[in-house]
Amino acid sequence: MSGLSLEQSPTTGDEIITNYTINFGPQHPAAHGVLRMVTELDGEIVERIDPHVGLLHRGTEKLIEHKTFLQALPYFDRLDYCSPLSMEHSYVLAVEKLLNVEVPLRAQYLRVLFAELTRISNHMMNIGSAVMDVGAMTPMLWFFEIREDLLNFFERASGARMHSAYYRPGGVHQDVPLKLLVDIGEWLEKRFPELYEDACSLFVDNRIFKQRNVDIGIVTKEDAVRWGFSGPMLRGSGIAWDIRKSQPYDVYERMDFDVPVGTSGDCYDRMMVRVEEVRQSVRIVKQCLAEMPDGPIASTDRKVSPPKRGEMKQSMESLIHHFKLYTEGFHVPAGEVYVATESPKGEFGVYLVSDGGNKPYRCKIRPTAFSHLQAMDYLTKGHMLPDITAILGAMDIVFGECDR
Amino acid sequence: MAVLHSAPKFASNEGVIDNLTAALGASVLAAHEAHGEVVITVARDTLEDTLRALRDEHEYQQLMEIAGADYPDRAERFDVVYMLLSLTRNHRIIVKVTTDEVKPVPTVTTLWPVAGWLEREVYDMYGVIFAGNPDLRRILTDYGFEGHPFRKDFPLTGYQELRWSEEDRRVVYEPVKLAQDLRQFDFMSPWEGAEYVLPGDEKAEGEKK
Repeated sequence: MSGLSLEQSPTTGDEIITNYTINFGPQHPAAHGVLRMVTELDGEIVERIDPHVGLLHRGTEKLIEHKTFLQALPYFDRLDYCSPLSMEHSYVLAVEKLLNVEVPLRAQYLRVLFAELTRISNHMMNIGSAVMDVGAMTPMLWFFEIREDLLNFFERASGARMHSAYYRPGGVHQDVPLKLLVDIGEWLEKRFPELYEDACSLFVDNRIFKQRNVDIGIVTKEDAVRWGFSGPMLRGSGIAWDIRKSQPYDVYERMDFDVPVGTSGDCYDRMMVRVEEVRQSVRIVKQCLAEMPDGPIASTDRKVSPPKRGEMKQSMESLIHHFKLYTEGFHVPAGEVYVATESPKGEFGVYLVSDGGNKPYRCKIRPTAFSHLQAMDYLTKGHMLPDITAILGAMDIVFGECDR
Repeated sequence: MAVLHSAPKFASNEGVIDNLTAALGASVLAAHEAHGEVVITVARDTLEDTLRALRDEHEYQQLMEIAGADYPDRAERFDVVYMLLSLTRNHRIIVKVTTDEVKPVPTVTTLWPVAGWLEREVYDMYGVIFAGNPDLRRILTDYGFEGHPFRKDFPLTGYQELRWSEEDRRVVYEPVKLAQDLRQFDFMSPWEGAEYVLPGDEKAEGEKK
């Protein structure tokens, strides 16, 4: 600070401390990606925050307009790369809604099963990193152990650890081996609860964790609605709203689970909502495993989903269907839908416009992070600089999805 | 039509259009229900009042999303699409206005603070102007970017590319040079409305006369 002279007050002669502006990010480990926040500080108190997003903008929506409906699917894995299958879920449901195609029951169960495993995996990532942001190292290492197991399950189902591209309009890509379902069941019985409850016991009642999170970034019910919050951010403020419950899709109607809500709307409540959601997801996965029927895993409508490879080698009609589906792709009736599902981070929506062709005319993606991050200025005003990381961590933001 | 799909099921659309068109009066230009979605097109000047009425009197408390869409063939080429959600009635509607490059759309930041960034995004991507938005800057594109990338007449590759220049020790911007043409697969069947003429077919057209 040499060479910088502070201004003197003309009346008292005291030094005047002027506000100064710092850049939080774009390369900061607690920014959870490439977020640049221009932060105006009065001492250590935050006066104003202007988040600059878009550093990871790839034009996904424009690229999708140039791909067939099937080719557009893998882009969704790359939006929120912490919960790829939940992103695919919204998209395939939007396409199915336009097509009005029936999905076999087993496929619906498989989708719910993997969506919930994705939710667990996403919350492991979020809780772990948010806890580390406020100073605890160990829980994250244990949570990543769980995440590693989950990624192995995804790999056994789809062949890819992260970018699974497993869901398809009309069902899922492949059936899962029985051994995988058995292993998931055994893992949920024994290994998962041990690791998870141990890791949670480290921070849930921890004094430092509470000091950093309780009463930080309080959002009232009214403000949560006005700012377009969804998911744990909305439930943390005490609004019992879960799209899985209120607007059920796939087989969520048949599932028995509870929706945890917070009471005070602070960062601690949001984290605890996530901690409890993981336990509810485990309940859903167990019900899926117990109830899953046998049967086809993709629609039998050959104008939407391709025939099996063996069938294709034998039957001329199957060969034609296979060829048409993988070159021209299927045509989707003209119209527009907005389909939103409960992704681990909140309401993830797809506004899909079709002009009757084989490519989407417009595919608007509603990211959860966009509206949450916008409230950053409102949430942090008057808080201390280190609270920014706590608030950001409890928001659960991933930039692949925010910037698209 | 029977509902076969398993997409999210919200409360019934029955009677919603009649109620809303009766309540909102002349500001509703068109309303229809298709694919299970209620879509209402409203007049651009009355947008703010319409959405306020929907929020306060019809319980659509949350604005979830504002989407732009470009239809270059129309007189007013842009659609600005508002997705509303009612937490109490468990219902969703889509409200639309049309506009073009110069006619401003009234802002709804006065009703929902969340509209700020959503409008900035539509402005950035399509160049739709929102009158009254206090902070209508670009949001997703690069600092100093020109043009509106999601318009249908904007090329997929863009106009500028950037790279790190070892000589200048900084990032430099250059016009896009592709080593290989961007591959555009058009698999639309020529029997189902593809727009190009198959090689040889132009002769057949000539013979008909």
